[in-house]
Amino acid sequence: MPTTAFLTDSTLCIGCKACEVACKEWNGVADDGFNWSGFSYDNTGAVGHSTWRHVKFVEASPEPGFGGNAPELNTWAFSSDVCKHCENAGCLEACPTGSIVRTEFGGVYVQPDICNGCGYCVVSCPFGVVQRNPDDGRAFKCTFCYDRQKVGLKPACAQTCPTESIQFGEIEELRAKAAARLSELHGRGMSDATFYDASDSSVKGTHAMFIVRGDPRAYNLPPRPEVPTEYMKKAWKSSAIGAGMLLAGSLLAFLFENRSNGQ
Amino acid sequence: MSKAFEFPEPDRERRLHEIRREAEQKGSVKSPGARPQGAPFPIASAETGYYGIPLLKQPPWTWEIPLYFFVGGAAGAAAVVGAIADVTGADRKLVSHARWIAAAGSVISPALLVSDLGRPARFLNMLRVFKPQSPMSVGVWTLVGFSSGAAATVFADFMQQRYGPSLPLRIVENAGQAASLAFGLPFSNYTGVLIGATTIPTWNQNVGELPMHFGMSGLSAAVGLLELMGHRKSRALQMLGLGAAMFEVWEGWRIESRPQQALDPLKHGLSGSLIRTGGMLSGPLPVALRLLSLVSNSRELRKWAATSAIAGSLLTRIAWIYAGHVSARDWRLPLEIKG
Ligand code: SF4
Ligand code: SF4
Repeated sequence: MPTTAFLTDSTLCIGCKACEVACKEWNGVADDGFNWSGFSYDNTGAVGHSTWRHVKFVEASPEPGFGGNAPELNTWAFSSDVCKHCENAGCLEACPTGSIVRTEFGGVYVQPDICNGCGYCVVSCPFGVVQRNPDDGRAFKCTFCYDRQKVGLKPACAQTCPTESIQFGEIEELRAKAAARLSELHGRGMSDATFYDASDSSVKGTHAMFIVRGDPRAYNLPPRPEVPTEYMKKAWKSSAIGAGMLLAGSLLAFLFENRSNGQ
Repeated sequence: MSKAFEFPEPDRERRLHEIRREAEQKGSVKSPGARPQGAPFPIASAETGYYGIPLLKQPPWTWEIPLYFFVGGAAGAAAVVGAIADVTGADRKLVSHARWIAAAGSVISPALLVSDLGRPARFLNMLRVFKPQSPMSVGVWTLVGFSSGAAATVFADFMQQRYGPSLPLRIVENAGQAASLAFGLPFSNYTGVLIGATTIPTWNQNVGELPMHFGMSGLSAAVGLLELMGHRKSRALQMLGLGAAMFEVWEGWRIESRPQQALDPLKHGLSGSLIRTGGMLSGPLPVALRLLSLVSNSRELRKWAATSAIAGSLLTRIAWIYAGHVSARDWRLPLEIKG
């Protein structure tokens, strides 16, 4: 089985949200309600239990609104966000039911027939992706179209993307493609184009990679995502010391009491 | 955001008119374009993040979880205190009361945990795997071991008091007590690991102390409950209560003295007030009351110390969970933006 990945290239995205629609259609994801955020044309805000693909509208300019004759001041970038399908996935490590598994394609998949909605994955994802659906009770996120991949189809979002901003393929091939695309962009003068896959953090790389312009933080991509298992050693050490204090304290207290009771 | 706009926008129309005229006269326009009403609009940038929309999701847990932390902490510590009191030959009544607290916890804790699940009927899915890398998995197995042990202990104890001593029951009682001691130790504080090893900044920045903090908070509550059940003469309980409260004083100082931005929810706003009130009730107040009761030999003061410690323990858990929500909403932290 090939290890697959997404490469989402924000320099190609036109913000049409066809990926969001295709994802909802294929996966039967519930609607998010009709909320107006006031932030550009993004009324969803973030990925969540009912938004598995989410197109970010990054308005970046010192004074947006002063467009027209000063186009260099008015950049408007779009980037389709998704579960990162981490190499070292916080949600997968944390899940106590074993509902979250790694598929043969390298993706991270929540088995809906196992999840009991404990919600621990929600506080273990460094990208704020997976979320408990309050109506259903279980946790949901992008499945990487596991069902489609199994029969050799592309994920619905990549299939539908009209500009090939969302590319899908074998992970090493996509990495090479990303590197080529990046030098092409740099050559064209887009020196701020960057590649994001969190491979320099404890996440150890993602199966959903991004090309964005400028600081990834403008796209809510964290500079140093940390998988919570990194904290485990410190935590259990503290737990062991706490247990030791409780045990030793109780022993001392009761032995001392017996002694002073004049035995 | 809800400002009413005027259409068509007079200023913008005037500016557009000027631009058209300039274009007509000079063939090109060098001056800036029209400014729409409401500009400048919010932007996404390295300083403002993605419009300040939080990256992290808030914990989905409901009111059961802080209560579960409180009950579990008290029950785990009570089991340990009871077992040690038993083997050191302390007052039988104290041993039995401690066992009852543990047993009550062994029933209430699973009920709270199950009821918080999005799909309570699937609780047993937790037991289809054991994952040492997941504090939730380790915790659930600890809970199972603890609950079985604590329940078996009181059952065997009760049967023997009712129907007289019997060897098999004695074995069950001892095995149950050994289990509730062994599992009670981690059960009293693993909830600190549970929230410490997460992506929520204010929790993981305290991961090295949260388990000890929650463990000592649980001990305070267990001691307080035993004292309220009438054991206000026990010197051992007084010492344990004093020790735990002194630890809580240190913990409070540790929180207040560190300047990290991630610790702000523990010091400011409603969550900060809750943490501080919980800290006062758990630390300085019971320490003072216990010292006073020692010099004055007043059991009334001990009762107040016990009550304060129990209330402080409960409030502390509520405050920490709430601070986690506040922390998750702070969009600056995961993006490492100062401010
Ligand atoms: S981004 Fe979050 S939900 Fe997706 S695989 Fe990584 S940890 Fe899991
Ligand atoms: S909510 Fe479901 S998927 Fe998430 S950790 Fe719990 S059991 Fe696993």
